[in-house]
Amino acid sequence: MSGSPLTAAALLAAAVATIVIGSWGVRLSRTTSDFLVASRSVGPRWNAAAISGEYLSAASFLGVAGLIAKYGADALWYPVGFTAGYLGLLLFVAAPLRRSGAYTVPDFAEFRLGSARLRKVAMLVVVIICVFYLAPQYQGAGLALKTLLGMPVWTGPLLVGAIVITNVVGGGMRSITFVQAFQYWLKLTAIAIPALALLGLFVTDRGDLGGPLPPSVDRETTVQIETDIVVQVVDPSGIRVTGELDGNAVRDATFGTPGEHTLGAGTSLTLAAGAATPVVAGTPGTGREWISSGGGLGGDHPLYQVISIIVATFLGTMGLPHVLVRFYTNRDGRAARRTALAVIALLSLFYLFPVLLGVFSRLYVPQLLITGTADAAVLLAPGSAIGGVFGQLLAALVAAGAIAAFLATSSGLLVSIAGALATDVMRGRVRDFRVAAVIGGLIPIPLSLLVADIELSRTVGLAFAVAASTLCPLLVLGIWWRGLTAAGAAAGLAVGGLVCGGAVLVAITGGVDETVLGGWPAVMVGYPAAVSVPVAFATMIMVSRFTRAAPDVAQVFARMHVPERLGMGVERLPES
Amino acid sequence: MSEGERPQRQRVVLAHRRGARMVRTRIEVQEQTQVGDALVRGLVRAQLGLALRLGAVVVFAVAGIVVLNRAAPDLMVFGMRLNWLLLAVLAYPLLYGVGRLYVRLAEQGEKDFVRVVDSEP
Repeated sequence: MSGSPLTAAALLAAAVATIVIGSWGVRLSRTTSDFLVASRSVGPRWNAAAISGEYLSAASFLGVAGLIAKYGADALWYPVGFTAGYLGLLLFVAAPLRRSGAYTVPDFAEFRLGSARLRKVAMLVVVIICVFYLAPQYQGAGLALKTLLGMPVWTGPLLVGAIVITNVVGGGMRSITFVQAFQYWLKLTAIAIPALALLGLFVTDRGDLGGPLPPSVDRETTVQIETDIVVQVVDPSGIRVTGELDGNAVRDATFGTPGEHTLGAGTSLTLAAGAATPVVAGTPGTGREWISSGGGLGGDHPLYQVISIIVATFLGTMGLPHVLVRFYTNRDGRAARRTALAVIALLSLFYLFPVLLGVFSRLYVPQLLITGTADAAVLLAPGSAIGGVFGQLLAALVAAGAIAAFLATSSGLLVSIAGALATDVMRGRVRDFRVAAVIGGLIPIPLSLLVADIELSRTVGLAFAVAASTLCPLLVLGIWWRGLTAAGAAAGLAVGGLVCGGAVLVAITGGVDETVLGGWPAVMVGYPAAVSVPVAFATMIMVSRFTRAAPDVAQVFARMHVPERLGMGVERLPES
Repeated sequence: MSEGERPQRQRVVLAHRRGARMVRTRIEVQEQTQVGDALVRGLVRAQLGLALRLGAVVVFAVAGIVVLNRAAPDLMVFGMRLNWLLLAVLAYPLLYGVGRLYVRLAEQGEKDFVRVVDSEP
């Protein structure tokens, strides 16, 4: 599919705006404190918009709608969980973390437990989480540029990588605060207007969402299959196949019987007007299955999947280094709380729209459900459902929002990687920060090209699972439990990181066969959080029980919990 | 000030006795004496209790939604399916409401703590 010049112009405009606003911040950035924590002078409103802008990644912008179009009711837990994560952060982490005066997560680990070795372990975990999270952003950028402009997949990661590295190297945290706040409002506009336009279409022409039939196309449609895929056909009438069907070369043939069929790469399907759309195997085919809860997201044990998604997303946010680092830029603990609350409001507003887009994509462009790249739904739905100049404008707007999503999240992740590497591996000068940013921005590029074919929201969900099984227990126990020891924390980080990180590596490189042992190994690898989070908490608590706590824990607790007015806070900064 | 109201009477004393005490209790918290440590422990316990109670509210709500969606998958409310209404619409005000309540109560707890520290024994 080749893109319209309008779309290309919108992409370019979003990218240029990002660089220009970023360079506005560069003039304000002087010291290491500017680079790491924007000199701790960002107000709750700017900060909440910046946090939301940074947080709403490709997974939220494209992935949530794609998952909802594909799987229906149970996918609604992803946006709820992505928002609820901030409630967890607000309740258990925000204010004490800010009052600790730390400037990165590893710095917090050293402040709380007084161990330089633990600091290194935490640094390693931070870098791993950020790389796991950065790879799907780059992957999404590749997908978007390919879908919109027909460019090769590797150009997306390279372009996004280059822009992000330039911005972060230029101005660090000061600079990206403005960029990210701008990007929240850009993303909200870019998703709200198309969603509302489709809502208008829906109100004038009500379709049947929960009916017994699969979604159908309203005019003759041709779909190209680009990778081998198994589809589920509910009603084969009106569908012609040319290419490879169930291993045989066919020309203008029908599916014959309902059920699962394999389509080879290069096959094209022609759907007559009113024909029921086949869907990717393992996803709900009929409207009734799609609209009811309890179907899960493909594979066995749907209830376990839902619980695991809830655990990973509710607890994962408080372990995401790029989110935590923004909380250090608040003025004080009270502002940190208010920021978290404002973020919940901004996210609640935003997530209304991907849900709408997902629903309407299923209704108006069901042919996207055949190819398996449902992530592209948001990009293509407005243009193909509405058509005309207005449709093209909407498509261009969505494209600008998508590029903003990749850029904002990637910049935040890169600042975290660079902050951790610069202060803990190098000597913490501004030059070190810049070198670290270049290195950290390049590593995920090859990884993003290797990632197997999983939906963006699920890859990001896996990064959340790693965060929930490592940094979340470290922070929650470190802030509230005096008995935590350096040895316990290190053991918990290692066990949680290995169990969950191992599962993620297996999942993104192909997964486990679903027939082994009743499907449990497959579902646990695909959704590891419900197992790995309790294991990580238990390890930290058990090992801490058998080791001795640091002697000055009372002083540390007073600093984290006593309000700033009593004058106990000390701001930490790297020695350089 | 509206017309009917008069300025409140204030008792004027020669010296504010609070000042000296305030410094002493503050120092107790800062220097981590036994009294200071007990005060901080009380604050931490109160804030943790608050967070856990509100966290429990959310956990119960989430468990309720999961159970309800399994038990009554086809229930319609206001022309919308209950599972979609709960997850796509009502979950967000719940999260915000709990967060807002927490911010209010946590700030109240901190104010109480500062008042205890700064008050006369």
